[in-house]
Amino acid sequence: MTGQRPRQLFVERQTYRRRRIQDAARFLPVLGIVLVMVPLLWSEGAQGVSMSGAIRYLFTLWAALVGAAMVLSHYLGEDKAGEAEDPPPATEPGDR
Amino acid sequence: MSTLNLLILVCMLYGLFLFLVAFVAERSARRGRARWLRSPIVYTLSLSIYCTAWTFYGAVGYAARSGMEYVTIYLGPTIVMVGWWWVLRKLVRVGRSQRVTSIADLISSRFGKSNLLAVGVTILAVVAATPYIALQLQSVTLSFASFADAVGQADQVSDERSTTAFWVAMGLALFTVLFGTRNLDANERHHGVVMAIAVEAVVKLTALMAVGIFVVWGLSGGVAETFARIDASPIGHWQMDGGRWAALTFLAGAAFICLPRMFQVLVVENADEAHLRTASWAFPGYLLLMSLFVVPIAVMGLERLPAGSNPDLFVLTLPLAEGQTALAIFSFLGGFSSATSMVVVASLALATMVSNHMVMPLWLLWSGGRASVSGDVRHVVLLARRLSIAGIVALGYIYYRISGGGEALAAIGLVSFAGVAQVLPVMIAGIYWRGATRIGALAGLTVGFGLWGYTLFLPSLGAGVILSQSILDNGFLGLVWLRPQALFGIEGIDPLVHAVFWSLLLNALTFFAVSLASFPSPLERLQGAQFVNVLQQAGSARSWSAGAAQAEDLMIMAQRILGAQEAQAFFEQEAARQAGRAVRAGALPEPGPDFLQRLERELSGSVGAATAHAMVAQIVGGASVSVHELLAVADETAQMIEYSDRLQAQSRELAATAAKLREANDKLTQLSVQKDAFLSQISHELRTPMTSIRAFSEILRDTRDVSPEEQKKYSSIIHDESVRLTRLLDDLLDLSVLENGQVNLNIRRGTLREALDKAVSAAVAGDESAKLQVNRVPEEEAQTLETDFDRLGQVFINLIANARKYCDAEVPELTIHAAAMSDGRVQVDFIDNGSGIPEESRDLIFEKFSRVAPQRAGGAGLGLSICRQIMERLGGSVDYVPSPRNAHFRVTLPMAESEGPAAHRKSLVTN
Repeated sequence: MTGQRPRQLFVERQTYRRRRIQDAARFLPVLGIVLVMVPLLWSEGAQGVSMSGAIRYLFTLWAALVGAAMVLSHYLGEDKAGEAEDPPPATEPGDR
Repeated sequence: MSTLNLLILVCMLYGLFLFLVAFVAERSARRGRARWLRSPIVYTLSLSIYCTAWTFYGAVGYAARSGMEYVTIYLGPTIVMVGWWWVLRKLVRVGRSQRVTSIADLISSRFGKSNLLAVGVTILAVVAATPYIALQLQSVTLSFASFADAVGQADQVSDERSTTAFWVAMGLALFTVLFGTRNLDANERHHGVVMAIAVEAVVKLTALMAVGIFVVWGLSGGVAETFARIDASPIGHWQMDGGRWAALTFLAGAAFICLPRMFQVLVVENADEAHLRTASWAFPGYLLLMSLFVVPIAVMGLERLPAGSNPDLFVLTLPLAEGQTALAIFSFLGGFSSATSMVVVASLALATMVSNHMVMPLWLLWSGGRASVSGDVRHVVLLARRLSIAGIVALGYIYYRISGGGEALAAIGLVSFAGVAQVLPVMIAGIYWRGATRIGALAGLTVGFGLWGYTLFLPSLGAGVILSQSILDNGFLGLVWLRPQALFGIEGIDPLVHAVFWSLLLNALTFFAVSLASFPSPLERLQGAQFVNVLQQAGSARSWSAGAAQAEDLMIMAQRILGAQEAQAFFEQEAARQAGRAVRAGALPEPGPDFLQRLERELSGSVGAATAHAMVAQIVGGASVSVHELLAVADETAQMIEYSDRLQAQSRELAATAAKLREANDKLTQLSVQKDAFLSQISHELRTPMTSIRAFSEILRDTRDVSPEEQKKYSSIIHDESVRLTRLLDDLLDLSVLENGQVNLNIRRGTLREALDKAVSAAVAGDESAKLQVNRVPEEEAQTLETDFDRLGQVFINLIANARKYCDAEVPELTIHAAAMSDGRVQVDFIDNGSGIPEESRDLIFEKFSRVAPQRAGGAGLGLSICRQIMERLGGSVDYVPSPRNAHFRVTLPMAESEGPAAHRKSLVTN
């Protein structure tokens, strides 16, 4: 990035916001995996978590994921200029 | 009318309805009103073919047996959809930009359009999908039989189970052939099919929810009561194998992208990338609703239905047992929809793969590789597609008949998932890692497929079918560490987790290692870059370099594949694009690289990327464009570049030579002019004395009485003239000797003063009327010289004589200054007090025969030129120092070195 044009350290507020929403979209499945794997920690059997509790947890989580994805997809679609979203990997800060 | 007959009638009507929906959708699409057909909602609903009969009936059975484990099958895809920004977005973009027609096409395209890879993936997909199709047929048959059992008409159908399956299979094959191969669309999109499965998606969701609502609010009496019942039931406590929970979630997520039918609806049928955005939340929502009532239905079934009844059919038998026939029929339709939509899309996707990657290449090979000869390729492609569909459905049916429709089939869903998941490493690495190579992909897929078959698929068929019990117990060839369900002696893992773990791990490791070790072909690297960087650039596939293709030939071929009208429309559109305006009908575009590329894409929608490439290649030039040929093209280009570089260098050289030649020619011309001038000058100079000699000698000869005085006078004139002539000839000789360098120098030591003394006395001697006053400073003239004093004297005499001759002052004076220079040279200045040499003549005075003032000529005009030659020989120079008045000549010559042994001075003698 030394050369043609000075490196742009800061982007406009709108672009910044869009990138953070993209970050959130990337993070959501990670969060989903972690929360879906939570039942692995539950104790089993008669003294453990009841089936209704499990159902409540899993379906609440599920609905939350759907809701979050809905909100994110709404914001992700705000700008049709989705093409120019991420900077090419090579020029991402910290890459060099 | 009996309930059973009613069911059959409803089924028939439903089937007709689906045909109608597909037909209408197809028609509106044809009329360009496909907008509403292609809304995000339809896209989302079409994804629902993920929920097959295995979901519709099986999930409840699954829940009845293993509690909450069934949700993993839906949580995996949920996470994948919610994380669309990671994988699906890129996958869809790649699919659209490369016009991918199937998952095999994607893999093949990514790895240099390798057909071998495509064939491998196709076989894997067919092997994995066949039991799954059998399972769908079984579910329809089983549900139909259960229905008959429940309404007490079992006797009517008991012998006809396989018949039911047969007719269902026939109907499905017909539907798929009708709507899946209506036309060969470049986008490989099937509006009719997609619309029909979207309708079926609504039917199965509402059917399952209707049963669920009936159970929760009809039978149970509310949400709280339902939860109480659940907790009280046999599956009322959390019971989970952690490994299975994680592995199944992962597997479902992987299968969601890798299943050929899912790939078909997710990527191939995708009309707009923005639809994915909606589907990212809407499809997880759909899955949630599909799963919501599974546990309540299972619990209620376990509670109400007699022990031993098949939990897989609770969705159907529960309403029947409660006397809700209408609900049961609705539920049956839901199951029927699930099964049929899956079979339709799966057989369509598989048939695309089989016909594009196996049948068409074989046909092309068989027909001699000439697409333009053996009739209509379009018909061949369609026929291949239709036969493939029929073949795949038949395969499913045969598998169903052979397996006997037993319980073994129920487990096949996950086995199938694990099989197609083997494509995952190759696919993900393909779109994220440029280093992935074809050889690596082949190796990884082979290992994964082999291990999956050995550890999961073959054992799932039951001991003794292909793998004997002894292999299962003792390992292959008796090697204990090769036991199919306990590889490397690690026992006690769930067989499915075991198989998924080892097959995917070793698959990915092999793929990775072989990719690292191997080197991709140029085409692979090109494709790899395009796939991996698809989000940065709206790049296209590689470009055609040949422009020799004939547009007519391409048109003929395209007509055969796309159909006449479509091809003509496409060509016209391309011609218009090239012309930048509308063109008359039938105009053909220039077969430029851009056009060829778009044409190839268009064709690849019908016959697959590799075949399309081969076909265009046949016409553009050569039987097929292999990587080697591409390399050859690249080589050729490089050679041409090199050649033109060489040419350029040569032409530069030539230009330089020409310039030199011109220069030489100019010089020669100049020399020739000089020579001519010289010759005419010489003849003139020779002629003048000769004329007087001749004249006077004639007088002497012819005149009788010549007085002795006259005789003496004439003789002396003749003598003088002869002397002058001799002098001239001497001078000329001298000059020529000096110019040719053939002069002997008589080098000796002496002082400057000696030389000047001699010269001054010699120059003044012959002239009595000498008025020239020579001023010298003897102290300055003490420098020792080592030179040819005779020659040096000649120069000095000439200069002094010139002063005498040309100095136009009243009292002519010549001042001679000598000075030693710091660089070991002596400078002798001859300055007279005359008016000097006119500026325009200064350049010429050293030239031969040049005389500044001809009227006062005494010599031939060779003096100064001889002087200059002599001084050059002596290692010095003579110049005219420009000054406004006074003629000022300067002679520069080297001083003798302090010690001058004659030995090496001899070397100055040149010859």
